[in-house]
Amino acid sequence: MHPNINIEILSAPLELANCLAWVQSPTCGGIDVFIGTVRNATKGKQVEKLEFEAYLPMAIAEMEKIAMQAMEQWPVEKISIHHRTGILAVGEIPVIIAVAAAHRSAAFEACRYVIDTLKKTVPIWKKEFFADGAVWVAAHP
Amino acid sequence: MEITILAFGIAKDILGGIRVNITLNEPANIHALKQQLEHNYPPLKELASYMIAVNNNYASDTQTILSTDEIALIPPVSGG
Repeated sequence: MHPNINIEILSAPLELANCLAWVQSPTCGGIDVFIGTVRNATKGKQVEKLEFEAYLPMAIAEMEKIAMQAMEQWPVEKISIHHRTGILAVGEIPVIIAVAAAHRSAAFEACRYVIDTLKKTVPIWKKEFFADGAVWVAAHP
Repeated sequence: MEITILAFGIAKDILGGIRVNITLNEPANIHALKQQLEHNYPPLKELASYMIAVNNNYASDTQTILSTDEIALIPPVSGG
């Protein structure tokens, strides 16, 4: 793992303080943070809970690739990405991304790139549970 | 040769387990594996898409498969 990149996939609740502490640096003027939270509805249908499953070694490798790409594209110093697995209730946090940079615009852009790309390429799957059943998100057209 | 496929998400439901064995003629590539998988498990064809990963990297259709490779069936991802 690149020394300025921190990736974790955890089955316990994510701690924002851990991501912040990891990216904090005296040479940085700002930290941009994205926190994903479990929403109570999808397409107007009430969601009871979510379940996240990960292909662990590959998910970590893909997240590292994304963080490396962000560092190549923007002058950012440190990136921390934490992702949850298991059952999450509404309001719980599936993902935290923290990006520290000397200047804020790079941190904002890199953070957005990381979450947008994570959703497209990292082998993690989300199952939505409704009152009348459950579906794997995005599985079918 | 016989290879073991790791399956995740909806692919685990379709294949009926997290590890499933499949037999392929050698030499085998990803395209041949996908054809065999879709023959054995037709509901795979109904997915929005799916990818095969070899040793933790997304593989192209022309990539050759070795019996020692770790092969995973990656249905559409939905993390974050």
